[in-house]
Amino acid sequence: MRKENEVKKTPFYNKHVEFGAKIVPFAGFFMPVQYSGIIEEHRRVRETVGVFDVTHMGEFIVKGLSSEKFLNTITINDVSKLAIGQVQYSAMCYPDGGIVDDLLVYRFKDHYMMVVNASNLDKDFDWVNKFLFKEIPVGETTDIFGNSIMEMFFPFGQIVEIENVSDETGLLAVQGPKSFEVLQPLTDIKLDDISFYHFVEGKIAGIDMVISRTGYTGEKGFELYHKAADSEYLWDEIFKAGKPFDIQPIGLGARDTLRLEMKYCLYGNDIDKTKNPLEAGLGWITKFDKGDFIGREPLLKIKETGVARRLIAFEMVDRGIPRHGYKMFADGDEIGTVTSGTQSPSLNKGIGLGYVAKEHSKIGTELEIESRGRFLKAKIVKPPFVHSKVS
Amino acid sequence: MNIPDNLKYTKDHEWALIEGDTATIGITEYAQSELGDVVFIELPAVGTHVSKGDAIGTIEAVKTVADVYTPLSGEVVEINEAIKDASELVNKDPYGAGWIAKVKISDASEINNLLTPEDYKELIS
Repeated sequence: MRKENEVKKTPFYNKHVEFGAKIVPFAGFFMPVQYSGIIEEHRRVRETVGVFDVTHMGEFIVKGLSSEKFLNTITINDVSKLAIGQVQYSAMCYPDGGIVDDLLVYRFKDHYMMVVNASNLDKDFDWVNKFLFKEIPVGETTDIFGNSIMEMFFPFGQIVEIENVSDETGLLAVQGPKSFEVLQPLTDIKLDDISFYHFVEGKIAGIDMVISRTGYTGEKGFELYHKAADSEYLWDEIFKAGKPFDIQPIGLGARDTLRLEMKYCLYGNDIDKTKNPLEAGLGWITKFDKGDFIGREPLLKIKETGVARRLIAFEMVDRGIPRHGYKMFADGDEIGTVTSGTQSPSLNKGIGLGYVAKEHSKIGTELEIESRGRFLKAKIVKPPFVHSKVS
Repeated sequence: MNIPDNLKYTKDHEWALIEGDTATIGITEYAQSELGDVVFIELPAVGTHVSKGDAIGTIEAVKTVADVYTPLSGEVVEINEAIKDASELVNKDPYGAGWIAKVKISDASEINNLLTPEDYKELIS
């Protein structure tokens, strides 16, 4: 475990200071929570373009002939469906179906990359390594029962290597309707040709990087994986190119309001080891027909019998802002707890997510949210709260 | 950080401008910057009698929520209607247009217990 006093700086740290960020320790890094203000930053991304330092995210390179089989065992989506140059949203589950983390899987020509949450980085790295056996027994090829030792020690048939490259990888997200216009003059790659959830390897501002058409905002945009040594130069070039579009740096505060308007889950709030992907609304990434994977059996049972509770999206009817941990009521009965809540800068009203028993989860259901001793009216709505403009 | 000389302060980051027997109350520059964008404010009803330290309002910011405590006992004689629809005034002008309420002071001896600008400066440094 990382100790409290070992808070790291990302390669963009000096930029955050220069741009006047309010900086807080988050998941082991000094991160900008806001610069000019959450609402202004949020609108910048929805209206033109904003830049996020997301270097704190973790990147693992997975190599070896059995990488696909390995990843298909530890993640719930179907890695075999990935084409080279494609990205997949997925999750890892515990054997009981609880969620270890949600993540992205990238398929390169000769390897894969997993991108995991900063707050789970160490836990995830330990978890994925649990399933690798690196010590090769000398001499014997079968045990006393005649079972192949190779198979026992290499459950995926061949060696799989996992490397944590998080420390040397910088990650900058450029998000918003003008993101293409900002980046296109800096590269020969035709950005329009990169489809949503695809990537190419190439240069932007002369720097080698992975240009990924992904994000956590619901807007068009890119996430740029590059060597940490190039981070400051990349930042400067992007801000120069973005000047005509009032480009602005965006902090974690607006990152949260942007993702919540899209009902994108946040690990630690909306999903964790006590929640399973089916009740979290992640059934669409849970592929039972791909063969065995960790957590498949309990999840299949849940799928057959139906989930007991569901992650729902609600809007405030009364004025008020729901917040993580607030209790939810229906007809006077407590039915759940808010997992994420905020004021939506796009809708100018409170929005939130929370788990409720299936019988209370219908769209239109009236709820009450207990906010500091008062019961405020809310209603369940169909997510996302704001239309996605990713493609 | 702006800490005007003519105000009294509390450790909870409120300020009071004392003019005769009336105190105008608001939150400090430091408080608004810690809260971030203020989205709305619950204000007390005019005529309410409040005791020093009572919560007289709630400030909801995007990221967090905070109570406003009255620095002095008395009767709420006026509230800032302007901030109901323009809560950003609390961020932009916390010592001016973003004031919160006016209280008719019932116990002037409480004034001596408030923090001076120097005390407050030390508190937040």
